[in-house]
Amino acid sequence: MTAPPALLEARHVVQEFAVRDSGGVRGGVVQAVSDVSFEVRPGETLGIVGETGSGKTTLARSVLQAPRPKSGQVLFQGTDLVRLRRRKLLEIRRHLQMVFQDPFGSLDPMWRVSQIVEEPLIAYQIGSSAQRKQRVAEVLDLVGLDPGRYGARRPRELSGGQCQRVAIARAVALAPALIICDEAVSSLDTLIQAQVLNLFERLRGELGLSYLFIAHDLALVKQVSDRVAVMYLGKLCEVGPADSIYREPFHPYTRALIDSIPIPDPAAAPARPAERIRGEPPSPISPPSGCRFRTRCPRAAERCALDEPQLRALADDHLVACHFPLIPQEGRHAAAGADGATARRDLRADTRAGANDGGGRV
Amino acid sequence: MTAPGPVAAQAGDAQWAGPLLQIADLRVRFSQRGRQVHAVNGVSYSVWPGTTLAIVGESGSGKTVSSRAVMGLLPGTAAVTGSVRFQGQELLGLTDAQMRSRRGRDMAMVFQDPSRSLNPTMRVGIQVAEAVRAHLRLDRRAAHDRALELLHLVRLPMPRRRFVEYPHQLSGGMRQRVMIAIALACHPKLLIADEATTALDVTTQAQIMELLIELSEQLGMALVLISHDLGLAASYTDEVIVMYAGRIVEQAPTPELFSHVRMPYTKVLLDAIPRLERSSHSLFPVIGGQPPDMVSLPPGCPFAPRCPSAQERCVQENPPLAEHDPGHRWACWYPCPDGSPN
Repeated sequence: MTAPPALLEARHVVQEFAVRDSGGVRGGVVQAVSDVSFEVRPGETLGIVGETGSGKTTLARSVLQAPRPKSGQVLFQGTDLVRLRRRKLLEIRRHLQMVFQDPFGSLDPMWRVSQIVEEPLIAYQIGSSAQRKQRVAEVLDLVGLDPGRYGARRPRELSGGQCQRVAIARAVALAPALIICDEAVSSLDTLIQAQVLNLFERLRGELGLSYLFIAHDLALVKQVSDRVAVMYLGKLCEVGPADSIYREPFHPYTRALIDSIPIPDPAAAPARPAERIRGEPPSPISPPSGCRFRTRCPRAAERCALDEPQLRALADDHLVACHFPLIPQEGRHAAAGADGATARRDLRADTRAGANDGGGRV
Repeated sequence: MTAPGPVAAQAGDAQWAGPLLQIADLRVRFSQRGRQVHAVNGVSYSVWPGTTLAIVGESGSGKTVSSRAVMGLLPGTAAVTGSVRFQGQELLGLTDAQMRSRRGRDMAMVFQDPSRSLNPTMRVGIQVAEAVRAHLRLDRRAAHDRALELLHLVRLPMPRRRFVEYPHQLSGGMRQRVMIAIALACHPKLLIADEATTALDVTTQAQIMELLIELSEQLGMALVLISHDLGLAASYTDEVIVMYAGRIVEQAPTPELFSHVRMPYTKVLLDAIPRLERSSHSLFPVIGGQPPDMVSLPPGCPFAPRCPSAQERCVQENPPLAEHDPGHRWACWYPCPDGSPN
């Protein structure tokens, strides 16, 4: 790959947690993140999608060294954070900020908005009190909250979208290089979500920010990201440019994620239910041998259980970890969509007619 | 004694040919610290047997409050007026005991958060059996069998093993399946799913939605899907109602609504959904502002202050919800031109 040097680079990051059964007996090890490598280039948004328990939040926290990963390297502007002492780490962390999912839970309910936004500036002893006040007003203005009107309010006097704006103002107050958004818009209503996403997009342009954007909604991640990484049970299964991941997904899991998204157009409803994956992810305490997705994969063969697939490039900048990747012709979403929708509506009409004939019910 | 099958449970109502649920001018008002919150303001709609209806809107649009009013699940501080008829019989004004006997048997509800709806200290099978015994006169053994049958019906993996497990041992999707089993305990004719899949992952959401659709077809049960997600409504329902500020602002059969959006609010909602076809970093065409204060609603259209096509009349006069095209109702003085691409 010929790419500019990375802003953030994770190399073979591993994070594990011991779980204990009743009585404190060691019950097993949750392999939350297993050998994950990725990079975020300057000015880029890297999206990470995956289901609950796929390890996306653990990965984000490992990047911030909270807690430090079991092994691997996290390079930020060339410095390995894993090896840094606490004080050095704190210095670097001001360039790495995070926005969390729950807008109410991540703000102190007793504090006023201006105090919340000022806190990181105090923590890093930046400027005089007057300069800090000015910076607070600046960033509140930047996120679309009038400092005079909202500065003295407490979180409970704000709506969810406004709280999330405060959290974003707090994150940008220190002028970071990278913001990690962990499901930052998932709990917001559609319209508010769109407003906050537009705000992220505007700040990206105005402040030259990079984002590590973590969410479970592939459509959302795709729209905000330059590149997307798909995570399953602690491993990355596909990484590539956002457009090609959606247009030509190579991994069967990515395909399944795309097919599960409800599309707001009945004429182009998702593909046939038969193509959907069944069941739920296995436990990360004892992940399947070989490919971790094989227990739910429609293409799984003997080799998948024996041999763990490694990420390899199948197209320009587009990596996949699969022994039997989908060939591009099969991955065309638009072509499959229309037929699938018709087939499904017919199927539903048939079952309904059948039920009426059989049961004689209304 | 064996559990009555679905056919037996419905035999008495076989001649009923009207709408299953008929709601007329439903209004709900809450008194809060001396202020009147107008949560639902004149909602009328019908649900026909065996159909699926989506009620879509933002938080605070009245979608949950109106369906809880139907179920008789609102607190005493709520003043409910209007008419709610189930198979022609008026439900508003029934006593709590009368309502209790109808809930579960006529209609049941599945809520958003399955972990909060289940008792964490009780085995899930027992909780299902308890719901069965609350409505049907069965002994412990028969209720147990019926509960296991229900867990099979909702396709809970390994139902015999799960029967004796506690809610925390189940995943979110499995817990929601248990909730559906409880709701189905005595063959309701109407199931209201209030954001039932919102807390779940997309793949699990698709599985639960397909389960609900299949069950509604298999049991001849009508389904009301309350959601903020227009995408979900498009994929799984026959008819869609869009609510704003406690009113219905647009209602149409699903294919009609999505191909001919007329109400500007519906269009704004549709535009705000992230789509795979949009290119990276494209901005959402969104509107500013917030839903109106439900304490003092403006005299005109409640959406007018945020509406991109609002005019003088919209601020003064509230447009009535009227059927302009066959089956397609909207409340707007200046609707979007028909056939506009969405």
